[in-house]
Parts: sequence; structure tokens; C-alpha cells
Amino acid sequence: MSVDKNLKILIVDDFATMRKVIRNLLKQGGFENIVEAEDGAAALKILKSQPVDFIISDWNMPNMSGLELLKAVRGDDELKALPFLMVTAEALKDNVVAAVKAGVSNYIVKPFTAEVLNEKIEKIVKSLAA
Amino acid sequence: MDVRFINPFLNGTVQVLKTMAFVEPKAGKPFLKKDSLARGDISGIIGLTGAARGSLALSFSESCILKIVSNMLGEEIKTLNGDIKDAVGEITNMVSGAARKELETLGFNITAAIPTVVAGKDHSISHVLGGPSIIIPFETPQGPFVVDICIGGVSGGQ
Repeated sequence: MSVDKNLKILIVDDFATMRKVIRNLLKQGGFENIVEAEDGAAALKILKSQPVDFIISDWNMPNMSGLELLKAVRGDDELKALPFLMVTAEALKDNVVAAVKAGVSNYIVKPFTAEVLNEKIEKIVKSLAA
Repeated sequence: MDVRFINPFLNGTVQVLKTMAFVEPKAGKPFLKKDSLARGDISGIIGLTGAARGSLALSFSESCILKIVSNMLGEEIKTLNGDIKDAVGEITNMVSGAARKELETLGFNITAAIPTVVAGKDHSISHVLGGPSIIIPFETPQGPFVVDICIGGVSGGQ
């Protein structure tokens, strides 16, 4: 089963450049249906106003961190089933444990290649379809 | 400065630039820097606390960072604009993350602050501990950059 390349993906990162980098990597994997938010709070607004199929979120952000966004998504009946890929420069054990406890779908540590990012997306989508 | 801290930052730098920007930098011989003058045109600086205290700076020549960020974004950038400043902060963050991951395996748990970026010819780098710092020089086909580390107060480790 191949992953639907029309998946609407929400990229959440406070660095505009990093959003561009992720968008560029997703493009290489054939994903072009992308929306962006600069922090967790802006992401929640988008999630409440339009359908999104997949969330890729940075961990460290002002206003609302990636972990807080993840908790908010998992605590919302309408959003809780959304696939959530956490992106971070923090590969420290405590962070991984906290993200897993909060219900993250998968975890990707910067730096990463387009192949790794797209593999993670496929893995998550396939595990949900199984 | 504890020499065990040099390799994780060296390895982290190579890993980040190779993976995100397809640039393979060649490291030169580290040396001691006693002044605060940056060795590049734009620098990202990040504070570190925990099992050690100090700061890490990455200082890039203009030609070098233009190529790195152009590769990262998949579009050619010709001037030191906001995208470049943003990217320098993010690269500094990623190098610090990769290095701290390696340091964690050596028994050092270190946390990092939010990076800041300074640009301009002859700008200075204010290390948290004041200095002196260790410079690891790197060469790329598009020009040089340096990793500038000043760490002290080390506790823990294996």
C-alpha cells in the first residue's frame, strides 16, 4: 500500500527557514499539500478551522511547545486520532519518554534526510491503516 | 577546557551539515582563541548548562553560509538575509543537539538555551564564561567556518 501523496500536512515550527526546509524535504517525497504554523497555538487554530491529515511539529517553540500541542491534540475528541510526528534537536532520553507518554506517533531527530522523513510518514500512516 | 568536549561538537557539526546541506566540511587543527572577535561574517551562539556550563558558537564566512542555506532550502540565496539568520540559529541548535546527544552517552547531561545570531564584519562573540575558547576550524569548497567553544565547570562524566 502506498501513502496518499495528497495528505494535508501541517508543519509547525517557529523558524520560518526550518518550515521551508521541511517543506522542501516533503516535496522530494511527493507531498505538496502543506500548511504551516509558527507555534502550537497557531497550529491549534488551523486544526480547528480546516481538515488536516498529518502533523509534523517542532518541540521547542514559544507560546505553545510541540509537547503541549501534542497533549492538546490528544485531549481533543475531534483531533485525537491525528498522526503526530515530533521533530526536534533533542534526542535526550527524558524527552523521548515524555513524548511517547503523551501519545506521539513517532519521533525524528534533526538533522534528517528526505528519505528518513518520508519513511517515518509512511510508517505512521501504514500503522494506522493496519 | 575538557578535551572530551571537542569531538562531540566536531562530529555534530559534520553530521548536521552533511545531512541537511549536503556539504562535507573538513576539520582543521583546534587552537586556543583569547579574544572575542568572531572568525566569520555571521555567528550563531547558544548557551549550555547542566553537567557543564558555557557556550557554543558557529561562525561562518559569507560564501560558505550562502551555499549551506541554499542547499538546505533548495533555492539559491545570494545575500545574508533573514532566511540565512534563521538558518544559522537552527544549524547552531542542531549541532548543539547532536553534540549533547553524544555527550549524554559519556555521562554528561547538558541542556541548551535558545540560540542568538549576530552578523557583520568583525562582530564579537560573547561567551557565557568570557573566554578563552577553543576554535575548531573547518574548510568547505565554498569557504571556511569555525566552531568556537568555551565550556567550564564540568561535573560528571564517565
